[in-house]
Amino acid sequence: MGFVPPEFGPAMAEVILATGICLVLVVDLFISDRRRGFTLVLALATLTATAWFAGAAGSEGEVLTFSGSFIADPLARVLKMFTLLIVAVVFVYSHVYLKDREILKGEYYLLGLFATLGMLVMISAYSLLTMYLGLELMSLALYAMVAFDRDSPVAAESAMKYFVLGAIASGVLLYGMSILYGVTGTLRLDDIAAVLAVGESQRPVVMLAAAFVIVGVAFKFGAVPFHNWVPDVYHGAPTSVTLFIGTAPKLAAFAMLARLLSTAMGPEALAWQPMLVVMAVLSLGIGNVVAIAQTNIKRMLAYSTIGHVGFIFLGFASGLPEGRQAALFYTIIYSIMAAGAFGIVILMSRRGFEADELDDLKGLNSRSPWYAAMMLMLMVSMIGIPPFVGFFAKLYVISALLNADQVWLAVVAVLFSVIGAFYYLRVIKLMYFDAPEESMPLNASFDMRILLSLNGLAVLLLGLFANPLLELCAAAIN
Amino acid sequence: MLTLTHFLMLSGVLFAISIAGIFINRKNMILLLMCIELLLLSVNFNFIAFSRYLGDINGQVFVFFILTVAAAEAAIGLAILVVLFRTRSSINVQDINSMKG
Repeated sequence: MGFVPPEFGPAMAEVILATGICLVLVVDLFISDRRRGFTLVLALATLTATAWFAGAAGSEGEVLTFSGSFIADPLARVLKMFTLLIVAVVFVYSHVYLKDREILKGEYYLLGLFATLGMLVMISAYSLLTMYLGLELMSLALYAMVAFDRDSPVAAESAMKYFVLGAIASGVLLYGMSILYGVTGTLRLDDIAAVLAVGESQRPVVMLAAAFVIVGVAFKFGAVPFHNWVPDVYHGAPTSVTLFIGTAPKLAAFAMLARLLSTAMGPEALAWQPMLVVMAVLSLGIGNVVAIAQTNIKRMLAYSTIGHVGFIFLGFASGLPEGRQAALFYTIIYSIMAAGAFGIVILMSRRGFEADELDDLKGLNSRSPWYAAMMLMLMVSMIGIPPFVGFFAKLYVISALLNADQVWLAVVAVLFSVIGAFYYLRVIKLMYFDAPEESMPLNASFDMRILLSLNGLAVLLLGLFANPLLELCAAAIN
Repeated sequence: MLTLTHFLMLSGVLFAISIAGIFINRKNMILLLMCIELLLLSVNFNFIAFSRYLGDINGQVFVFFILTVAAAEAAIGLAILVVLFRTRSSINVQDINSMKG
């Protein structure tokens, strides 16, 4: 029996990205520190080429390859396109920040690209093994990125916390996977679902496996009670890395949630939905209430992330396909909004000044009315006020909850959104009604100004024309 | 006669020891890394036991990947530990508390 090579077509995006990473790795060695901008150009070119192939794969329905452990489908296509887009935006935002702090090394882009490769593998994973390998490739690159500013004591500390807690989460997730493997006798997600659908496997054991798997997923999202790392890592990491961690990995985590829970353990949905609901309510509560007490804007945005994760989980826990579509929509919108908000924090900082306290936002309107307006739109969108897109994201989740007859969950979601409005409105008050504490002009490169403006306008435009994105999400999950 | 249950119990005990070690340990960061290794090994035990019991080779393949990833993870963990030690001259878990809120 001869060896039949697997079909590489559906995984072409990953192949191109891996090749591009090797190229950047070698070329970067021969570039002097002054010309480091070329590495950014190469990284962006790699991402563009990857996006080209990611867009081609999965357009013709579901294609399985590598003995059924890798899938190219519409969901993977949507998530990959947005992941690559957001990573490219993050790279551009980070450039000046890193240069000002003299940590502009090629390794930032390399680790970022490796993390992106991990995310793409996670998004396309169709067996427990590929899911684990993608997850670890992403996580290991992220741990190293957090410690990227080697002379900063807080960065090293938050990297250590992230590493230890992340490793525990991976271990617990693996333990859950091993039980799932023992119960079903297979690693492929569709086979697991088929075995579970027969219903002969023991319920308590499946619930145990689901609990362990959910711990791993919740950790990657940063849902309560596995949220302890989020504020510390967001706070301690260099802002460019916070920007990276706070955006694209959420899309990969969504893929993990969708594949592990709804594809593989879909037949046992009753086992994991209640756990998801509890975590969602806790995340909404703790995220939105504790954010009020923060004085550091990166910590505040960290708790706001936790609150938004509550919404994503609620959409998922509704158990309806439209709930999962709403959760996908919410995840994409959230990563766009978070990229913009952290982009503003980067914009305000400069050499020797981090601008990560809420007071640093004071009087932003008199220093730069345009970027104050951008931040205003992002904050208003995060609150969920029409016509900004954050409103529609929340609306679809809540209407899915109502259609699933979970009225009290919808009420809880609305209540905590109202509580959360306080700290977003405080940001707006600081920007518009307080006197500035300093008068230094904002410095940013031309490309960053353009992208940040587009990012801010995107929350308005996507709000006015929400349908195309919603249809995309609906086509991805059916 | 050793049965599947014995192996699963052993793996469960190893898992519990490693989790307890991570949370009880208040002294040394190196111990944390050792506990993480033990955690992954307990999972390996589970996979091998199930693989043998089910007569399915995939579980053992998974174990090889976990071993490789664990090595990479230990390398990154130690690298972060070195950075931490250079900036604070301490690897005591209790000293890692400069961020609050």
